[in-house]
Amino acid sequence: MSSSVFDVAIVGAGIVGAACADECVREGMSVVVIESDIVGGGATAAGMGHIVVMDDSEAQFALTSYSQSLWRELEPELPSDVEYDACGTIWVAADEEEMEEVRRKQLFYSERNVKVEVLDAGALLNAEPKLRRGLAGGLRVPGDAVIYAPAAARFLLERATARGAVLRSGCPVVELTDEGVRLSNGAFIASGMTINATGTWSPSLTPGIDVRKRKGHLLITDRYPNFLRHQVVELGYLKSAHSLTSDSVAFNVQPRRTGQLLIGSSRQFDSEDSKVDAVMLARMLARAEEYIPELGRLSAIRAWAGFRAATTDKLPLIGPSPVHSRQYLATGHEGLGITTSLGTARLVVDQLLKRPSQIAIGPFLPARPAQEAVYA
Amino acid sequence: MPEAIALSVDGRPVTVPAESMVSTAVLVSGAKWFRKSVTGERRGPLCGMGICFECRVTIDGESHSRSCQVPCRDGMDVRTESTEYRVRPTGTVRSSATCDVLVVGAGPAGLAAACSAAQSGARVTIVDDNPGPGGQIWRGEERAHGTQEAVDWFKRARTAKIEFIYGAKVFDQPETGLLLTESTAGVTKIGYKKLILATGAREVFLPFPGWSLPNVCGAGGLQALVKSGLPIKGKRVVVAGTGPLLLAVADYLRKHGAEVCLIAEQASWRRLVPFGWGLLRSTGKAAQAIRLRQRLSGVNYLTGCWPVAAEGDGELSAVTMRQGSKSWSVACDYLACGFHLVPNLEVAGLVGCEVIDNTVRVDEFQETSVANVYCAGEATGIGGLELSLLEGQIAGYAATDKPDLARQHFLARTRLRRFAALLNRTFALRDELKRLARPETFVCRCEDVTLERLQTQPGWRAAKLHTRCGMGPCQGRICGPATEFLFDWRVESVRPPVFPVRVDSLTHRDVA
Repeated sequence: MSSSVFDVAIVGAGIVGAACADECVREGMSVVVIESDIVGGGATAAGMGHIVVMDDSEAQFALTSYSQSLWRELEPELPSDVEYDACGTIWVAADEEEMEEVRRKQLFYSERNVKVEVLDAGALLNAEPKLRRGLAGGLRVPGDAVIYAPAAARFLLERATARGAVLRSGCPVVELTDEGVRLSNGAFIASGMTINATGTWSPSLTPGIDVRKRKGHLLITDRYPNFLRHQVVELGYLKSAHSLTSDSVAFNVQPRRTGQLLIGSSRQFDSEDSKVDAVMLARMLARAEEYIPELGRLSAIRAWAGFRAATTDKLPLIGPSPVHSRQYLATGHEGLGITTSLGTARLVVDQLLKRPSQIAIGPFLPARPAQEAVYA
Repeated sequence: MPEAIALSVDGRPVTVPAESMVSTAVLVSGAKWFRKSVTGERRGPLCGMGICFECRVTIDGESHSRSCQVPCRDGMDVRTESTEYRVRPTGTVRSSATCDVLVVGAGPAGLAAACSAAQSGARVTIVDDNPGPGGQIWRGEERAHGTQEAVDWFKRARTAKIEFIYGAKVFDQPETGLLLTESTAGVTKIGYKKLILATGAREVFLPFPGWSLPNVCGAGGLQALVKSGLPIKGKRVVVAGTGPLLLAVADYLRKHGAEVCLIAEQASWRRLVPFGWGLLRSTGKAAQAIRLRQRLSGVNYLTGCWPVAAEGDGELSAVTMRQGSKSWSVACDYLACGFHLVPNLEVAGLVGCEVIDNTVRVDEFQETSVANVYCAGEATGIGGLELSLLEGQIAGYAATDKPDLARQHFLARTRLRRFAALLNRTFALRDELKRLARPETFVCRCEDVTLERLQTQPGWRAAKLHTRCGMGPCQGRICGPATEFLFDWRVESVRPPVFPVRVDSLTHRDVA
């Protein structure tokens, strides 16, 4: 039994929990973070680590662009092992239909003061000579970046603990209550508020929330410096990422600071098995090779699979649980948790302190009406 | 006279004997190192057997090629330290093969298993990552200087109509009864009814200051390089570490003209005495040991002695040794240093075999916890050549429904296993070796992760995530056993590909 009462108990030391801890401590709260395993060892480790603006919905745009600006502010403080690389993103259009989408995106971003640049076929190859010939063009988003997320989670958490936050690791939380959290060894940690930031595990602590596991695969190569300059993503990504029913793959490759290439991506619902699915991996790689044929000749060092915490309307749950007002949620970030972790932490703290946020909070409140996603 | 091969290393013409490996050509060319590490250190080969990835060079434009595993060809263009890379449209062949018994590993256990299975009339295929048969102990002996025993087994294997697939690494098991292998030609899918794993062992390397200098190699590592054509004549060598391998290596190097300055065994005399008695009880081994010792008479052999630092400017020039409270420096050209052996368990892990204390668990017929999968030799526990041959034969017979033939070897196996247990007790590593590395010494050589960074990590997975330890192309094969010894970490999770392969090999898995 802990004798002291913390202001906030944060469950989960992934990037979202770490960011929340950092933000809470900055506002003078006393914080305990409880992690059952390794800091940044869940979806934070399994994912690609992009810091991107997205335009699926106004709310998603608001959260990603707000978060991206927070990352940019933080960048000078990040240690080198976070491998922050402002490489930018190129959304690749395979055909004229996808070029229409490029122009739509350009309009969308330009209206919202995000710098973007339309590339025609020649400019695309000039920007990324390894792409195959015959692609229609693309959209460059120079403000996007990639990071090595586990190191970022550790940095945020260490910064929080240096300012007084307490990390309890090794023992999982089995119950959230209005008075604190109970660990599997029976210990109780008293706190005024709890924050469930356990990603794919969050429904087990907050039953009934709309968070499902969505499996993904990645592969990393040996070092091939300057093979690519930008993160490259197919525009078809939108179609596949949004398909809620079927398994899908999409071309998404990142050049890492190390010179390695990180190749994604795949999406599968209803798979509980964290093993690499060889057929899915093969489909994913084949898709990547359609865009960059030379990828096939590179040496692959490791492949792995992990789970995203997905919600039906593609937006995270940030704020008090619909049932227990002293139990907060910060989960359901799916593939954007690295980007949106910093914004999420601000929104959580704004609500805890009952102050206005820089972006509209409504679309992220866990009590929002469950809604089916509508996509263009 | 063997035919010579002419190739170029960093633009310089080099001529090497036929069947030399590219690593030999690089060393003969006068190059002092093979690659630059991720922090810019110059590196050369360590293991000599395709596992450490320190000998990577660019061969005909293909970067990250393991020079110790690639035979030289006329006109080859080899580049060290190359920052350029080109990728070639090769390796796209897709083929498939089927057999009754598939043996992984063409060392003594694998050869014995294959011969015994073939004797029962089974269609047998052996697959091995090395360019020829013999594993590490009989590496290159098919071509020259084979011991009588090796020559006999090679001959048996040749006449048994076994199919050999060399230069091919197993990287995945798409379904039960199928393994995928990759070679420079492409991917081969091999279907089998019974599988015998004879994946052998690799050396344990422990970090100490200077261990990443070029010309600091494994003990077996240096021997393998010499077997692949490295000229050692007149070179001063310190042989250090632990285990009976040290004497065999020293003897081999001397025979090839090396000046062995010192053999340093970390085990104490007190531990070695019961081992000596054990040898005497096993008459064959005693005779071998006596012969070996006689041949090495005149070579300084110290027990309770180990290297504490290797020195040199860009390449090795001297080693600091310690024995008790005494330490001194020995000038040398090579340090051949290995701290006993650890089984290669990646394929066993891939197939799902139960592994206990770093050895594959087998029953009396060498069958693993997975039905129809057998394991023989070092992967079931470090036991040496004779035990490997016996276990291989037992597995080969058992896999082809000849239990009576298998049983004939049970008694001899029991005796040899007792001896193996004694051997492993004798050469257990002393705790002082945990304190050799300094805070700034690299433990993971692929990613240049220092001891200091690892000391604050709670375990292997956290270390991987937060320091990149074990995240390089050797996939933890070198730093894994070292961190198990240093920190008692459990190196977990085997997942495909269990060896680095071309992306293509994972993309186009389906073959006709």
